[in-house]
Amino acid sequence: MTPEVLLAAEEKMNPLLPAWPEVIIGLLCFFIVFGLLGKKLLPSIEKVLEERRDAIEGGMKRAETAQAEAQAMLEQYRAELAEARHEAARITEHAREQGAVLIAEMREEGQRQREAIVAAGHAQIDADKKQATAALRQDVGSLASQLASRIVGESLEDHARQSGVIDRFLDELESKAAAAQGASK
Amino acid sequence: MGADVQLASEAGCHLFSGCGFPAPGLNEFDFKPIFSIGSVDFTKPMLLSIICALLVVGFFWAAFAKPKLLPGKLQLVGEIGYDFVKRSIVLETIGKKGEKYVPMLVSMFFFVWIMNIMSIIPFAQFPVMSRIAFPVGLAAVVWITYMTLTFKKHGFVGGMKNLCWPSGIPGWVMFILVPIEFFSNIFVRPFTLAVRAFANMFAGHLLIVVFSVASWYLLSPSIGALYGSVSFAVAVGLTGFELLVQFLQAYIFVMLASSYIAGALEEAH
Repeated sequence: MTPEVLLAAEEKMNPLLPAWPEVIIGLLCFFIVFGLLGKKLLPSIEKVLEERRDAIEGGMKRAETAQAEAQAMLEQYRAELAEARHEAARITEHAREQGAVLIAEMREEGQRQREAIVAAGHAQIDADKKQATAALRQDVGSLASQLASRIVGESLEDHARQSGVIDRFLDELESKAAAAQGASK
Repeated sequence: MGADVQLASEAGCHLFSGCGFPAPGLNEFDFKPIFSIGSVDFTKPMLLSIICALLVVGFFWAAFAKPKLLPGKLQLVGEIGYDFVKRSIVLETIGKKGEKYVPMLVSMFFFVWIMNIMSIIPFAQFPVMSRIAFPVGLAAVVWITYMTLTFKKHGFVGGMKNLCWPSGIPGWVMFILVPIEFFSNIFVRPFTLAVRAFANMFAGHLLIVVFSVASWYLLSPSIGALYGSVSFAVAVGLTGFELLVQFLQAYIFVMLASSYIAGALEEAH
């Protein structure tokens, strides 16, 4: 080995001295990586990541909205239910009151009708009794006079006087009966 | 020389067999070209970086090319990854204004992470970020973005003020502070951004290699077998640890890039 070659070899050994072909190859390789990643691959993944973020955030937002909506609906239903219960209670109360009033009215009406019927009955009975008494008195008179005329043998029917006689006789009988009753008492 | 070490291991160089420990070193990070075009060699790290780019693009293509509102498993995993970088790193650091820079920082995070993970993938077994050229390229992208945004937002004077003039500091301290801020923001930041990622991956890989080679070297029909198994256990443990570091470094890289952008977009104070 000539000294120059040796020197060259020594120089090549210095680990801190860059070999230019290597620098160039290294840079070339780096720029190939940078170029492909920077121009194509990383933008495309960045886009997808962005889309995914959007999808997730959008999904969350949608879920939140849906939840809020459901909550509002629930509140509304609860309010409506409470109102309906209230209404039902009110209606029941009203019906009860009305029923009570109706019952009272009906009772009153019934009472009134009963009284009316009873009164009518009494009146009827009185009238019947009076009629019966009158008829009986007439019948008894006529029967008695018939009997008497048969016994006496002549008709006394036509004479008004005779009817006075009968009446007087009957009255006498009644008063006698009354006197007998008063005596027995 | 990397090949030499491998040959030495395969040749059965073991403890007590008279040969010394074939300690891995810088040679582990130097590869024989797969092919050469003129004076430019095409090496394994380059191939791996191309594979990583294809893996990242392939995964996100499969996951996001036909996105669905209800994601499949793959899309879900992609979304979790995307959302993690977007929310926990970019928007957390920059705020709402950071939306515009999400694609760049997401691409950067997954590209860097996969390149780091290559460290523990069988057959690849090499963190691409442990070749300084790769972090330098990415840090340059961050730096250019940082500077462009600073001067576009505040103009040249305002931009310089944003970079060098911290607020709420008494005037006489400015003599010291302004040059420090200038140097720190414009030169140190991109440098540390690149070197932090590089050095972590470099050291992690070296550790795994050292313990892997050692466990092979120590394996011999002697007490060495015990040492070897311990070394192997450490190598396995470190692999798990590296898995964490790989994620962490990608996270830190993008987190710092975000905080620089946030600084550039900050209102003038």
